[in-house]
Amino acid sequence: MNQIHIASRRDFLKRALTSAALLRTTGGAWLLTAAERGAAQAKSKVVIAQDALLRGTGFTVDSRRMLSLVDRAMQALFDRDNPIEAWRRLVRPGESVGLKVNTLGGRGISSNLQLVEAICERLQEAGIKANDIVVWDRDSGEMEHAGFRVSIGGNRVQYFGTDRVDYEQDLVMHGSVGSRLSKILTQRTNVLINVPVLKDHDGAGVTIALKNMYGVIHNPNKYHPNGCDPYIADLNMLPEIRTRMRLIICDATTAMYEGGPAYKPEHSWKENALIVSQDPVALDYTGWQIIERKRAQMELKTLEAENRAPHYIATAADAQHRLGMNDPTRISTVEV
Amino acid sequence: MFRDLQVLEGKSLDISSARSLPGCSLDRRSFLKCAVASGAALGLGELAHPAAGIPSEVGQQKQDDARFTVEAKFYQKLQNLKIKCKLCPRECTVGDRERGYCGVRENRGGTYYTLVHSRVCAAHVDPVEKKPLFHYLPGTLAFSLATAGCNVNCKFCQNWDISQTRPEQIPAEYAPPQRVANLAKQHGCPTIAYTYSEPVIFSEYLMDVADAGHEAGIRSIVVSNGYIQEEALKTAYGKMDAVKIDLKAFSESYYRDVVTGQLKPVLDSLVTLRKMGKWTEIVYLVVPTLNDSDSEFRGLAQWVKTNLGTDVPLHFTQFHPEYLLKNLPITPVPTLERAKAIADAEGLHFVYIGNVPGHPAQNTYCPKCSRLLVERVGFTASQMLIKKDSCPFCRHPIPGIWHT
Ligand code: SF4
Repeated sequence: MNQIHIASRRDFLKRALTSAALLRTTGGAWLLTAAERGAAQAKSKVVIAQDALLRGTGFTVDSRRMLSLVDRAMQALFDRDNPIEAWRRLVRPGESVGLKVNTLGGRGISSNLQLVEAICERLQEAGIKANDIVVWDRDSGEMEHAGFRVSIGGNRVQYFGTDRVDYEQDLVMHGSVGSRLSKILTQRTNVLINVPVLKDHDGAGVTIALKNMYGVIHNPNKYHPNGCDPYIADLNMLPEIRTRMRLIICDATTAMYEGGPAYKPEHSWKENALIVSQDPVALDYTGWQIIERKRAQMELKTLEAENRAPHYIATAADAQHRLGMNDPTRISTVEV
Repeated sequence: MFRDLQVLEGKSLDISSARSLPGCSLDRRSFLKCAVASGAALGLGELAHPAAGIPSEVGQQKQDDARFTVEAKFYQKLQNLKIKCKLCPRECTVGDRERGYCGVRENRGGTYYTLVHSRVCAAHVDPVEKKPLFHYLPGTLAFSLATAGCNVNCKFCQNWDISQTRPEQIPAEYAPPQRVANLAKQHGCPTIAYTYSEPVIFSEYLMDVADAGHEAGIRSIVVSNGYIQEEALKTAYGKMDAVKIDLKAFSESYYRDVVTGQLKPVLDSLVTLRKMGKWTEIVYLVVPTLNDSDSEFRGLAQWVKTNLGTDVPLHFTQFHPEYLLKNLPITPVPTLERAKAIADAEGLHFVYIGNVPGHPAQNTYCPKCSRLLVERVGFTASQMLIKKDSCPFCRHPIPGIWHT
């Protein structure tokens, strides 16, 4: 058994305090200028980056094309000519960055391995140490089924699930939610990059960025009634999540318009896209519309007609939550 | 405050498997001490303290651990690999690879499985009075066990760290039915009790343990919220020798807002148990300001009298702030006494006050001659005078199961 001491308490505390202070001054719009922040508040930007040749002629995503797709998305999001500069708008050397992937759907529909590797590569080039990057989900076994190799210790990117470290002992609460948080979130990382997938969900309607946070808590099963509303919004209000969440890179290389959340190849399609934003609500709203368009194309009823529209997205945007924008007139969608 | 975090290669953190249970100190560490101490005193080694039992099985709890995975009994297959669970009134419709609300049942390719068969996360030898069952073999011990999970989410749950968790998140031991029966016998327990979390959600296991126990001459009792469908109740609790139902309130709004359940199915369960002839006692946890009005106490007592009769023991117990309800005080004893007075006035014969050590309403008195019949100190019956199921003074029959 290999026990690895990840960070000293003092180091971590120092980093946490520094980043907390920075977050207090900048809010969610990390390292933006005042003008940029003002603009960001007026409209939420959602970038959709697509590459029809992402897989070449095969099935597997091409790593080089993926890296360039990530670059395009990040440069468009942060209005930068250089990808590393874009990442430097997001993170600072010395921070610990968690990539919360979604691996429930196995190899068929989980956060893409090449995408995760591309993000990790750029994070390191932006000054984050490899072993300060943790790729994680709730369970290491599920991560392995999705194609990730558990990797703990050494000077490399860390890959493991909450099963390896447990949840916090104490409950955190907001509104309808009372849960224990993954120690990876609370103790191992101070920046959260949410890397969800784009898919239909039989109860919630869709599962994209906001719902991916169900993988951060010990009791997600308690929060599925009523289409997960208001549970998803309340969960995302937890300060431990809200203050860490800086970016969402939704993997829409393969997406599902029906039959989720388990992988149903017959209801999936290759969108070969990434949807990127700092606003999880705007991103979820945009993703939902993409799924509805695909459903219409496949001559399926709307989610509303199926009585499972994702009302939690509106709840997340309401006056009690203000987690982002769900008004399409206040979402600026950029396609690259 | 951030703390150091250790990541273990190949294993979960080595945390204690003992859980806080009512009657012991309520934080985990204190409970561990309590479990180990009482386990040692009773000669209980294996389940009370896993380190003394099967340590290699504690720690790494694989989600797909086949030993604990058994096809569920009460469900219906639907289209598109979905299922509808028919175990409790919630009737979760569960898609492939998903779990029901209780978190311990999973749809795998259209077949529904319980993940907690023989997966015991808490075990202890308790006096039967601790359940509480006051009219059932007083002074005897119950080999008490639980798995993770619950089909409701009471904001005051004392055992939330096992009930509101998924099975793979807490250490557990493999305890097949025969082993439980053997352990109960070995520890001088005439009864196995399914308790601490919510036995509804481990019904398949409960049934198999009850069968193994009965073959070995050990009875079974269940401590339940009664939130279960009728067919499952008849099948699973049909194997029980006595039942304690937590009736959490007498209003649907409380069930909706505080319990995340429904009152009506619980009342239906009580009536069904009555028809089945099961010995049943009711506990009502009195939570200040939320379910402590005179009208609610009166409505409850009248309903019990009309539907179950005057001989059903009714325990009003004291609330302690826990879990999501930490902002309310401990129930004042006068509130409990008011509840008892109302139920007494409605004509119920056996109304008790619980969780208040030394209170005279912990004792059993003859409803005819009012003489003391069973005296209780804490969780122990210190004096038991009932003979041939009757009051020794006036010969009035006293309902219950008094002798092994
Ligand atoms: S037993 Fe569990 S899965 Fe079944 S209906 Fe009840 S909560 Fe849902």
